[in-house]
Amino acid sequence: MMHPVAAAMLAVGPLPLGQVNWHTVLFLLFAAAACACAVAVVLADHVVRMALYLVFCLAATAGLFFLAGAEFVGAMQLMIYVGGTLVLLVFGVMLTAQAPFVALKTAAGDKVLAGLLGAALLAVLLQSAFRVEAWRRPAAGAEAAPAATPIGMALLGVRVDGDEGGPVRSGYLLPFEIVSMHLLVVLVGAAYLARAKRRKSPRPIEVAASAVSPAEPRHQSRGSASALVSGGQR
Amino acid sequence: MALLAAVLILNVIAGGALVFIWAERKIAARIQDRLGPTRTGGRFGWLQSLADGIKLLAKEDLMPEGADGLLFRLAPYVSFCASFCAFIALPFAFDFVGQRLNVGVFFVVAVLGLEVFGVILAGYASASKWSLFGAMREAAQVVSYEVPLGMCVVVPVMLAGSMDLVTIAEKQAGWLTNWYIFHDPFTFVIFWVYVTCAVASVNRAPFDLAEAESELVAGFHTEYSGLRWSFFFMAEYGSMFLVSGLAAVLFLGGWNGPVPVASLLGLSEGTGDTAGYLVRLVGCANLLLKATLGVLFMMWIRWTLPRLRIDQVMTTCLKYCTPIAAAMFAGVMLWQLAFPGGLVHGFGRPAGEIREGWLEGPGGRSSAGAAAASATGADRVARVIP
Repeated sequence: MMHPVAAAMLAVGPLPLGQVNWHTVLFLLFAAAACACAVAVVLADHVVRMALYLVFCLAATAGLFFLAGAEFVGAMQLMIYVGGTLVLLVFGVMLTAQAPFVALKTAAGDKVLAGLLGAALLAVLLQSAFRVEAWRRPAAGAEAAPAATPIGMALLGVRVDGDEGGPVRSGYLLPFEIVSMHLLVVLVGAAYLARAKRRKSPRPIEVAASAVSPAEPRHQSRGSASALVSGGQR
Repeated sequence: MALLAAVLILNVIAGGALVFIWAERKIAARIQDRLGPTRTGGRFGWLQSLADGIKLLAKEDLMPEGADGLLFRLAPYVSFCASFCAFIALPFAFDFVGQRLNVGVFFVVAVLGLEVFGVILAGYASASKWSLFGAMREAAQVVSYEVPLGMCVVVPVMLAGSMDLVTIAEKQAGWLTNWYIFHDPFTFVIFWVYVTCAVASVNRAPFDLAEAESELVAGFHTEYSGLRWSFFFMAEYGSMFLVSGLAAVLFLGGWNGPVPVASLLGLSEGTGDTAGYLVRLVGCANLLLKATLGVLFMMWIRWTLPRLRIDQVMTTCLKYCTPIAAAMFAGVMLWQLAFPGGLVHGFGRPAGEIREGWLEGPGGRSSAGAAAASATGADRVARVIP
């Protein structure tokens, strides 16, 4: 007894795989996955599942970037967004671990408001996307530019991807330095805020901890803070 | 070539897991003064992994009553997929690579960091205290060890001037002295920092706090059984092989042997004829051998060193690995400024011979159209770099 779908597939015979435009198929696959997961983030009602769907949504977007030949952006998406969601997931687990699988209930008014806002944003984005004439059809002969090397050169202040004869464009050295200084300040601030405050009488948990590891020096937090800062300078 | 890479990746993960599990049993036994498996399948018990596999297939698939079913079922696949995906960018030899990525190093490190998702999901969805403890430890460990690991990986990228794994391995062709581990004293030190961080990032002893048997029963996979559990194991062995392969490509000359036999014989790996293919095949064997030695090294460590406590793990990362990596990074930079051509001249390979992936066609060998298209890019780089 054969399953009817399998029988139908056998009747059609082998698919003409050579004629399928795999780029389009994969694009549709990744796009559908991204959209479905994005909807699932909204519809899910507990934090860890939401974070998981968000991870899948962002990973599918990274797949779209790889498909477009933007390997650097794709890897960045994986590293920063998907990796960053990891921390979100950890917080979700820590917040809900007391009473497992709590469902977050949203008020009906909030749902309507959020739906309106989302629909408005989607309408604006769609309209502006379709207004650009060049985006309506696939660009002919467009070749994926080499990703990493020009970006690296531009970060050093040299643009190798400029048009011939055009005005000389500036590199990304200044923005890069500003961003890295900003991150350094943030790291120092975080280390300052998170440092252990000295107490007159140690809490019981600290006594227990020092009993477990008597070799730990008192300035451990300061040491790890400076290590954190030096880690931020790479 | 794509087919060949697919066959290689599948066999390295699936076949590799079988071989490595057997090797782990034998090595553990020898280190502990035992014999290990001796009967299954003849003399050395070499069919033991197969017997284990059949046992795992036949086991009942259990799930705790309070568990979150979807996440519980999904978690092993998430772990395994992350481990599997990273192999796409790992070159086994020149041209033996699933997808030659311009940002290969970055991609592998980024994808490798995603494996922990599966562990956290497994720990959370199991609705068990042991699992949750293991998962949270794993999260803390992986997030902190990504920093020194990234700094170690950046050093070969800086030396090669490229994030393309194929190009990085190409630049180490020639004699043993061309390998980046022997480039200068700083790279030698940073290789060992990389080894430490790699062992920690794949969650192996002495950093296997997430599954500390003495405290947490079995950590994040306490509640798993049968085939689902074996997916976690396959992911672990896949990741071990991956970080070893990455170490081989970044520091140990990739697929280049210690003596450049092929180029002494006048053969080149880049040619499309049979000789070039054979050279690449030998190169592939070279890389597999190096990566296997790396995995065996990890097993040796696992059965030799005791497990660290969580505070010791954090101290190792923040107080030792990260500052050492940062200092070594600066040292390599200064060394490059002081001795741009290396200490000993004559062993190095002229820069013109390196086939930069993005200046040539896909796959590395320049085809006519791609060469014409990329010629302008090469000119522009040549103009700005004297």
